[in-house]
Amino acid sequence: MNVQAPATSVTKSITVEAPIERAFQVFTEEMQTWWPPEHHLLDAPLAEMVVEPRGGGDIYDLGTDGSKCRWARVLRYEPPTLFVFSWDIDLQWQIETDLERTSEVAITFTPEGDARTRVDLEHRNLDRHGDGWEKLREAVGGPDGWGLGLGRFAQTAAA
Amino acid sequence: MAYRTEGFTALADPTRRAIFERLAERPSAVGELAEELPVSRPAVSQHLKVLKEAELVIDEPDGTRRIYRVDPEGVDALRAYLDQFWNQALAAFKRVVEQKEEDHS
Repeated sequence: MNVQAPATSVTKSITVEAPIERAFQVFTEEMQTWWPPEHHLLDAPLAEMVVEPRGGGDIYDLGTDGSKCRWARVLRYEPPTLFVFSWDIDLQWQIETDLERTSEVAITFTPEGDARTRVDLEHRNLDRHGDGWEKLREAVGGPDGWGLGLGRFAQTAAA
Repeated sequence: MAYRTEGFTALADPTRRAIFERLAERPSAVGELAEELPVSRPAVSQHLKVLKEAELVIDEPDGTRRIYRVDPEGVDALRAYLDQFWNQALAAFKRVVEQKEEDHS
């Protein structure tokens, strides 16, 4: 629990019993193996999650019906220490096309010996989601607010 | 900031998270939540009490029942939600990476 974090960020830190190269590889190339399977925006079941391994690359989900959902951009890809991607999902849990209104997730990997790695994650600039964020307090309980989108997300999660 | 910690702790419970998600979808009474979830009515009431104390939900009377909704003056819901999302995701990541490490060695 990090109460010092700015109110516009969520920060997490964990330690894994694995070398830094392996931790970076699983987090990026093998994201599909750990990403919560119910947290996808596709209508179809997920076939594959793709992380293009370079700055400027895309992160996208492929559905079993051939549909594609690009929901993030790789901003920094510096194995094995740094991975930053954008969060192009708006407050209605739809794809945000205005890049000024996207937040970002930064993950840093720090070796703690040969077989242990600390992973620090910061999901930051949440206020960049814009009006929806600023109006969240009024909107969240309303029928057209973020609450509806969250519900849709929850339905997907429950499906 | 103390209320935030309480909010996140309250959302760490999967049943409470499910209740919170459903209330974010639409305001509901206890009975409606109990019908939708595999949880007894008294248990739903208990979970709602915790969510209310954590300032994640509020309630208001509607005739003889009370309607619960996500507290618009409470914690920033997006932040609270992402907080629990990343908890879940990183816990899964840790399991996978350590399992793979065992397979390797």
